[in-house]
Amino acid sequence: MSNSRLPLILIAGSLILLGLGLTLYKVAKLDFPLLPGESREVWTIESKVSFEPASGPVDVRLKLPAGLAGWTVIEEHFASSGFGFTVREQDDTRYAQWTRSGLDRETTLYYKLQTYRASDRALPAAPAVAQEKPMLEEDQQVAMERLVALLREQSSDDLSFARLLIQEVTRETPNPDTAFLLGTYDEDLHRVMLDVLAWADLPAREVRGIVLEDGRRRQTLSELLEIYDGDRWVVFDPASGASGLPDNFFVWQRGEGTVLDVIGGRNSRLEFALVSNSLPARAVVGMEQRSGEYALLNFSIYSLPVEQQGVFKGLLLIPVAALVVVIMRVLVGIRTSGTFMPILIALAFLQTTLLIGLLIFLALVCAGLWIRGWLSHMNLLLVSRIAAVVIVVILLMAALAIVSYRLGIDQVLSVTFFPTVILAWTIERMSILWEEEGVHEVLVQGGGSLLVAVLAYLAMANSLVAHLTFNFPELMLSLLGVILLLGRYKGYRLSELYRFRDMGKDL
Amino acid sequence: MRFISPRRLEELGILGMNRRNIGYIGQYNARRNYRLVDDKLQTKRAALEREIPVPELLGVIERQHQIRGMTQQLELLDQGFVIKPAQGSGGKGILVIIRREGDRFIKSSGVEIDAAEIRRHTSNILAGLHSLGGRNDRAMLEALIDFDPCLADYSYEGVPDIRVIAFRGVPVMAMMRCATHVSDGKANLHQGAVGVGLDIATGRSIRAVQFGLLVHNHPDTGANFEELRIPHWDRILDLASSCVDMTGLGYLGADIVLDRQQGPMLLELNARPGLAIQVANQAGLRHRLAIAKQIADETDDHHRKIELARLRFAVG
Repeated sequence: MSNSRLPLILIAGSLILLGLGLTLYKVAKLDFPLLPGESREVWTIESKVSFEPASGPVDVRLKLPAGLAGWTVIEEHFASSGFGFTVREQDDTRYAQWTRSGLDRETTLYYKLQTYRASDRALPAAPAVAQEKPMLEEDQQVAMERLVALLREQSSDDLSFARLLIQEVTRETPNPDTAFLLGTYDEDLHRVMLDVLAWADLPAREVRGIVLEDGRRRQTLSELLEIYDGDRWVVFDPASGASGLPDNFFVWQRGEGTVLDVIGGRNSRLEFALVSNSLPARAVVGMEQRSGEYALLNFSIYSLPVEQQGVFKGLLLIPVAALVVVIMRVLVGIRTSGTFMPILIALAFLQTTLLIGLLIFLALVCAGLWIRGWLSHMNLLLVSRIAAVVIVVILLMAALAIVSYRLGIDQVLSVTFFPTVILAWTIERMSILWEEEGVHEVLVQGGGSLLVAVLAYLAMANSLVAHLTFNFPELMLSLLGVILLLGRYKGYRLSELYRFRDMGKDL
Repeated sequence: MRFISPRRLEELGILGMNRRNIGYIGQYNARRNYRLVDDKLQTKRAALEREIPVPELLGVIERQHQIRGMTQQLELLDQGFVIKPAQGSGGKGILVIIRREGDRFIKSSGVEIDAAEIRRHTSNILAGLHSLGGRNDRAMLEALIDFDPCLADYSYEGVPDIRVIAFRGVPVMAMMRCATHVSDGKANLHQGAVGVGLDIATGRSIRAVQFGLLVHNHPDTGANFEELRIPHWDRILDLASSCVDMTGLGYLGADIVLDRQQGPMLLELNARPGLAIQVANQAGLRHRLAIAKQIADETDDHHRKIELARLRFAVG
């Protein structure tokens, strides 16, 4: 036995050392921070331009962000197979231009950039630009005049005029003139606002950019309003009326003009995938200096496309949860229903947050057990019964979501993150366990599973753990080594120290 | 909550779950030999080849559509019977019918059920509800064991069975499991069945334990455990030890019942026998397993192994 044990220890030991060694190398040589904190939030924004071909040559122009309001672009990357590609500057604005003589299928072009906010500066000062008054129909003109007069009467200055306007337009029951304007305009609310401001001779324009949300895919451009109050531009959110540039808004373009022009294509779309990473401040500086050729990034998760990075962020946490399960089962001796079911539950908790997740889980399992009791009278085949429980679970989830949404408890909507089939099996197993071994065993195994799930959740939700697993994926090798070693642990489990507590007392 | 120190457990030679899995099951029980014990039909066939008595097989139900015909078969039976999954684990899914009254079937607990209930139970078995890994299974219809009346007083609503752990052909430890009212006729120690440690040398009871506490009498029948002496002890040890040879599993638990006519009968084999036997015996397995290893290294003779085991493991 000892001879089979030695190679395992060697393998496990070298895995552990390799993982730790690589980590230390990255910390010492490449300035990766071991602890989260002294880091910058770097956003990777992947822009996808997709379009269907029309006849003739294709010419795609994408306006590139200038890095306003303290946003600094560290790295840019373009993907354009089969296209002629140039980056051109025209009137202080940079364009990416893709050209091709013809095209026969739907195509996607990529532009990836990494950016972080170096300082909290506001948008730079700029001279006022007067807007042209919009061309309006006669009845629209009348409504417009009346609305502007009303707002003028109620406001003390230009900024309060803008605020009132936003309130008026976004209100659920606007006054008849506003309602008429909104009804006749076939455009976004902020276009209506811009026209009203132009009618009132207030210099205003739009600011287009991206609302940054970690892990978002298919994000589109959103718009803010900018109003000149006499000596500076003030940013307004056309939805809420709040002034000032939001922290999570990456400015792409200020003022008029299109961001994307596609000639020779139809149905063009511009969508963004977003991921945020904590990168060390020093590494960010390094990336800025050696933009594009930063060696370590070529062999890290950062070199993957953004969407995959987001997926890996979650995947890399699973080994930690697996370690928790191994420890709880091998060292502590907790019985769970289903070996890795706790991990799936814990993953759901990550989406729902712990307390709500626990409540939802307990509610679903209890209700499911109750309904499963009814099903057991119907004498069904096992497969159909499980399928029935799956459907019941989904119905329960829908009911829970609808009821709680009506009650205004939005968090419960995250119920959809629970793995339905796993829940159904859990309910089925618990129910059988109940019949065969009694409530006690149900509580032991159910409680054990929940306890392990909660611990796995706490491990995965820990920001240090998230930081380490994502920035040092090589630590997974060390985890693997530890798990291999635990697989050969022959000592007692904690539960056995309790189970055999009366041994040897000769009773 | 009280705990015992790991060092004390070590001294007592208690075998823990991890060591059992790695050091014994993992090392001595080759995976490919599991099928023979995990599938009770195969166990039965192998046992019959070696002329080891087993409960009589009345029928096998392999497909859902056979269930309907099964009811007619049951109505022809004028004896008690047992329906169990061929690949069940831990005694799950075993339905014991002791007799029929008209169209009602009487379970060992005295509860009456009808034919529809039996059909549903069988259907669940076929769907794999009670089976390892939940895979599709077959249901076995077995004759009820006519168990030896000399042990009848030691079990309430259930058949007392004798578990012998054998290691490489050496019987290592034995206990009798007696169902009680609390355990609901089941022979699981943690559900309240009484575990009676048995002397390997003689088949006499050493001590009886329920819920980890020493008991002298059966809580329901009042039978005194100290007077218990298992009959046919030689045959039981012989039977358990030969199972090691039959299955190729070096470490196994044999569950044996005493039939009135045929004496010791092999009920089932277990490739992953539990650790509760140590509680019933108030002794650890590790020292005994070390001695058993010496014995097995010393001799290959079946009877000599048993003889040495009875000598070395004698209590008192």
